[in-house]
Amino acid sequence: MKLLRNHRAGLDGFINYGLVLVFYFIMQFLQNGGNLTSTFTSQLVPICVYMIMAISLNLVVGISGELSLGHAGFMSVGAFSGVVASASLMESVSSAPLRLALAILIGGIVAALAGVLIGIPVLRLNGDYLAIVTLAFGEIIKNVINCLYVGLDNAGLHISIKSAEALGMDTAGKLLINGPIGAAGVTRISSFFSAIVLLLITLFVVQNLIHSRSGRAIMAIRDNRIAAESTGLNIIKYKMMAFVTSAAFAGMAGTLYALNLSTVVAKKFDFNTSILVLVFVVLGGLGNLRGSMIAAALLTILPELLREYQEYRMLVYSIILILVMLITNNDTLKDMKQRAVMKIKTVLNGSNKSTKAKQAGGAES
Amino acid sequence: MNFLNFLVAGVSLGSIYAIIALGYTMVYGIAKMLNFAHGDVIMIGAYVAFFSINSQSLPPVVAVLLAMAICTLLGVMIEYLAYRPLRNATSLAVLITAIGVSFFLQNFALIRWGSSPKNFPTVVPFGKITLFGGDLIISGEAITTILTCLLVMVLLTTFTQKTKMGKAMRAVSEDKAAAQLMGINVNYTISITFAIGSALAAIAGVLLCSMYPLLNPTTGAMPGIKAFTAAVFGGIGSIPGAMIGGILLGIIEIFGKAYISNQLSDAIVFAVLIVVLLVKPTGLMGKKIRVKV
Repeated sequence: MKLLRNHRAGLDGFINYGLVLVFYFIMQFLQNGGNLTSTFTSQLVPICVYMIMAISLNLVVGISGELSLGHAGFMSVGAFSGVVASASLMESVSSAPLRLALAILIGGIVAALAGVLIGIPVLRLNGDYLAIVTLAFGEIIKNVINCLYVGLDNAGLHISIKSAEALGMDTAGKLLINGPIGAAGVTRISSFFSAIVLLLITLFVVQNLIHSRSGRAIMAIRDNRIAAESTGLNIIKYKMMAFVTSAAFAGMAGTLYALNLSTVVAKKFDFNTSILVLVFVVLGGLGNLRGSMIAAALLTILPELLREYQEYRMLVYSIILILVMLITNNDTLKDMKQRAVMKIKTVLNGSNKSTKAKQAGGAES
Repeated sequence: MNFLNFLVAGVSLGSIYAIIALGYTMVYGIAKMLNFAHGDVIMIGAYVAFFSINSQSLPPVVAVLLAMAICTLLGVMIEYLAYRPLRNATSLAVLITAIGVSFFLQNFALIRWGSSPKNFPTVVPFGKITLFGGDLIISGEAITTILTCLLVMVLLTTFTQKTKMGKAMRAVSEDKAAAQLMGINVNYTISITFAIGSALAAIAGVLLCSMYPLLNPTTGAMPGIKAFTAAVFGGIGSIPGAMIGGILLGIIEIFGKAYISNQLSDAIVFAVLIVVLLVKPTGLMGKKIRVKV
């Protein structure tokens, strides 16, 4: 039994890697054939970034069962530390891919540190209170970075939260982060390929974490905290593990995102961005990594596809969101959907319909 | 005397937060859901009042009443169409739906009324009061806001404590199933809660825009989040808690802006919230519910 389950888990994971690779090759193929519009091409890296964000948030919301409303905060920390790292390494590391990798690593580490700092107080709380504190931390991060000034000169990095003048740089100094104006003139070194690589790494780490002993402990705590605690599991340790891993990948995604743009502002990573990622996770299915990825990709492309309706597109987006939530969560509508699916299945293969119906019923329960 | 001026500004801003927070906390107490669309109902209420004053040249009192009526209708409709079908769904599903409704209202306002900010006219009939030989100035808006807040508080407490409907609300918030067994119409009670919360949102919208007269489709978003914070701060589900949380939050925000840092005031507000929740994890007035195994 155990063997079988592990085997299935492994297969499930490989399907995810396969999907990512298929996505990459199709996009490459379309791009080489000139079939992609320029707006769509510019969405390729953001799509991967949001997939990584969704996978990492799913680790907290779906696997660990804690509602986090401040995930964009970690993305922001990663983005700005990545920008600073990339600019600082500009001279010492000439190869762009290597510099990108180092910047992503640094972005991830700084975000993980932020995750530890925030996780210590946050994970002592439960339920909606935990959610509101993550929201609060997200807002604090946005607010602090919004008045953060970082400059680089021959003496090294200068940091201030007052003004650019307070940095006290010499004349050769370069302003990297300029308060509310953000980081301008970022050297764009992210590529679709690097985004796909990071996505695969994220999948690898998160999937292996979920299917490890620790992952089972995390899920046990989610399902019944008291029962898990009474079997001797260290609640804080396992919750922290999920939270910090999630923060680290959000930070890496943030770096990738920032280094794909020439200008990054702190306001981009606000409550709405956190919510956007949460929507991916919930629509894709809690704890379902593949669902998160697909939802992230579709919902990032959807506003682009609706572009011809221009002003109505966000309205349509919100209506689709509400309808999908109603259809997937309302009992009556769920029944109707189930019956419709069954009917289609029986029509498609009328010969063995009894077995099919049984299987569909079994899958549901 | 600067201190007193800041205090008055803080209390009046806090009163607005308190009125919004009441809507959040009542809905949470009864339906156990975070109604993220509440902030956008505020914005719709403000727009209704704006157009009835500016285009229809109605007197401000009528405009406010009209805004309340429309928001009440809107709140009940949102509950009926979007939240009621999900009564048995997970709280996260309801949360995402609420976010969808919030997006919908914002984008509806954006298409219908455009993104350029409207300059909201004042609805307050009387001017400012000057005390201590000009050292302390209390604006008419501040007085109206604080008085409205007190009035709302008294009315709402009386309503929940003394009337039959209020009793039903408290019963539903304690135990939905048991309330239903006692013959309380749970759906109707929840609708009434949404109606009251949304009417309060309309009042808050008008007061907010009288004080900060720029109105655009995202006007309600940030005050909504802060009022939600205020509700949690005071202990979500508790009516006096929402009041105290709101007023304290307003005072902290204004003092933070005045004495510490203008740009970091939001960060200070949220930092105080975090500290309070760490010391008292269910908020200032929240009840601690023990889990029995």
